[in-house]
Amino acid sequence: MSEPVNGSDGQVVGGSVSGAAANMPDGSVTRGMFGVGGSGDTSGFGGLVRRTGVPAVSGRPVGVDEFDEVLDGLQDALETRPAGDDEGGDVEKAFLSFDEAIERIVVDRGELTLHIKPEHILDVCRALRDDEGLRYELCSSVSGVDYLNQDRRLHAVYHLTSMTYRRRLRLECAVTAEDPHLPSVSSVYPTADWQERETYDMFGIIFDGHPNLTRILMPDDWEGYPQRKDYPLGGVPVEYKGAEIPPPDQRRSYR
Amino acid sequence: MSQQNNPQDDIYGGRAGYAPERETTQGKVFTVTGGDWNDVVSGTDPIHDERIVVNMGPQHPSTHGVLRLILELEGETVTEARTVIGYLHTGIEKNLEFRNWTQGTTFVTRMDYLAPIFNETAYCLAVEKLLGITETIPERATTIRVLMMELNRIASHLVWLATTGMELGALSMMIYGFREREFILDIFELVSGLRMNMAYVRPGGVAQDVPPEAIKKIRELLDFMPKRIKEYENLLSNQPIWLQRTKGVAVLDVTGCLALGVTGPVLRSAGLAWDLRKTQPYCGYETYEFDVAVHSDADVWARYDVRLTEMRESLKIIEQALDRLKPGPVMVDDRKIAWPAQLAVGQDGIGNSLAHVAKIMGQSMESLIHHFKLVTEGFRVPAGQVYIAIEGPRGELGVHAVSDGGTRPFRVHYREPSFVNLQAIPAMAEGGLLADVIAGGASLDPVMGGCDR
Repeated sequence: MSEPVNGSDGQVVGGSVSGAAANMPDGSVTRGMFGVGGSGDTSGFGGLVRRTGVPAVSGRPVGVDEFDEVLDGLQDALETRPAGDDEGGDVEKAFLSFDEAIERIVVDRGELTLHIKPEHILDVCRALRDDEGLRYELCSSVSGVDYLNQDRRLHAVYHLTSMTYRRRLRLECAVTAEDPHLPSVSSVYPTADWQERETYDMFGIIFDGHPNLTRILMPDDWEGYPQRKDYPLGGVPVEYKGAEIPPPDQRRSYR
Repeated sequence: MSQQNNPQDDIYGGRAGYAPERETTQGKVFTVTGGDWNDVVSGTDPIHDERIVVNMGPQHPSTHGVLRLILELEGETVTEARTVIGYLHTGIEKNLEFRNWTQGTTFVTRMDYLAPIFNETAYCLAVEKLLGITETIPERATTIRVLMMELNRIASHLVWLATTGMELGALSMMIYGFREREFILDIFELVSGLRMNMAYVRPGGVAQDVPPEAIKKIRELLDFMPKRIKEYENLLSNQPIWLQRTKGVAVLDVTGCLALGVTGPVLRSAGLAWDLRKTQPYCGYETYEFDVAVHSDADVWARYDVRLTEMRESLKIIEQALDRLKPGPVMVDDRKIAWPAQLAVGQDGIGNSLAHVAKIMGQSMESLIHHFKLVTEGFRVPAGQVYIAIEGPRGELGVHAVSDGGTRPFRVHYREPSFVNLQAIPAMAEGGLLADVIAGGASLDPVMGGCDR
């Protein structure tokens, strides 16, 4: 079920520091001056290699008081509160350590992102919702992002809002396209019901334990997952004043 | 009651209970006839158990567009309600990934078509945060955004009042609501050139400055609108039918709202004064003086009351915004981001100003290069992701934008309040009367263009 943490691409286990940018899509390096793709390089600048700034992974403390408070609170909540359902029998594994659940921490543009091990997302969400010092009452958004070039390419992204403390937090879970399973959080946040259905519909991420995981925007018999990066946009060429304009996904693109 | 095999089955080789199918050179062809429905109906006996399944929509005048409700009825009581959406899915989020960042506004404005300015502003705030230029947006541009958003909020609430009035039997309310909305759309046309889907707010500022005629017209609106809102109240608030259709109908308390993620007027009608303009301000809303409309009844009436109050508060904000509208630029200074030309109206409609064209073609080679690069290639946005939430007319409108460092969005996801709020329909409708489904659904103010995107 769970996919082991991949250390090869610079991922950091348990929130220790690393400058490697494991999280970002494969845009961190661009080649050529004009970023042209799909047609020959006529500029002669094709050999240039440019690095774009990518958000670094943070270690604790992250240096922002508000975020450190959240992280300390979460550690506290995870390590003192029995994980799983209240009636769960296994007392030995009842507590979840912070480093076990959180893969890495990213602070970028004033926003805190926690990368959660997929199998622990439900427990983390429950702790975030119920702990008095955290109180993330509202699950604003659940969606997905497809980082095509990563091993675990499908990311489920959760945006939580704490109305009590007026804070926001982003959780991210990465799964492979071959085994895209993670627990549904709809038992903790009922609003995630439709949003998880949409994420399933668009990315093919399967939320285990969801009451009714069916397509929601696309027709029931649709094949494929439209928001994945390897799913074509489609379109037909259009003729305009004698010239043929190719469909958007076949036009020259500047990366 | 069970039907014999459809005689067509033999011809087309279909299976009993399924639509007959046959192979053609174009692929498989299904022949759908009325027979399927008979099979469905034969499963229930309407005379002995009074249980009926009613399919309301997707084409129904009171479901606000293409919303489909499947209702199980016992007599007139709804025992189960299920919502089906997706009939207006247009793949806007996917399309965004194939255009540059500036072109994005043209797409997102078409999501929630009653709140285009909100869609654009949320998107632009996200792009600006990714670019790290939030602090450098000119004050005039931000004030114009606030001005346009609040005008748009009134226009959107007016449509809500108009259509809900119509659905609950106050037909004249529809005429009045659309009349005043028309006036606001005229203002939009004066400002941006378009009545709807304006793509007026752009990353870095707004597309063009507000002309003096528009300011005059907004002052006119400020003048007569409070009286008109009073008129709506006089028309509806003491009307026995309106009271009966709204009081105590479709109640959803704060706990229910939070669990289901319902925000906006519906949440405030339940008593929680959660308004992002106050709680997590953006665009300088913390400097405006206005109150958050709250009510505690949590029913359709409370939502009606909250929306009327919000229109009045929006008028207050518009007045303040007009007063602080000082001359200045409406686009960031950075020539690598700002769209190179101001728009102007020529003989063949709106386009680049002739002065600009003369400059790049005749005088400045560098300007020409800049124009060419920005228009064909667009600007690059540093890699990373942001989430921006603003208070739309229907609740929290969130944008999750991801950049890979390129000239196009890597992923943009809209947290649409219509989409999230519609989940509350079963909670509101089940156990109530069929007629109250319409009142409850309408009080959520869903816009299917936004819901399905």
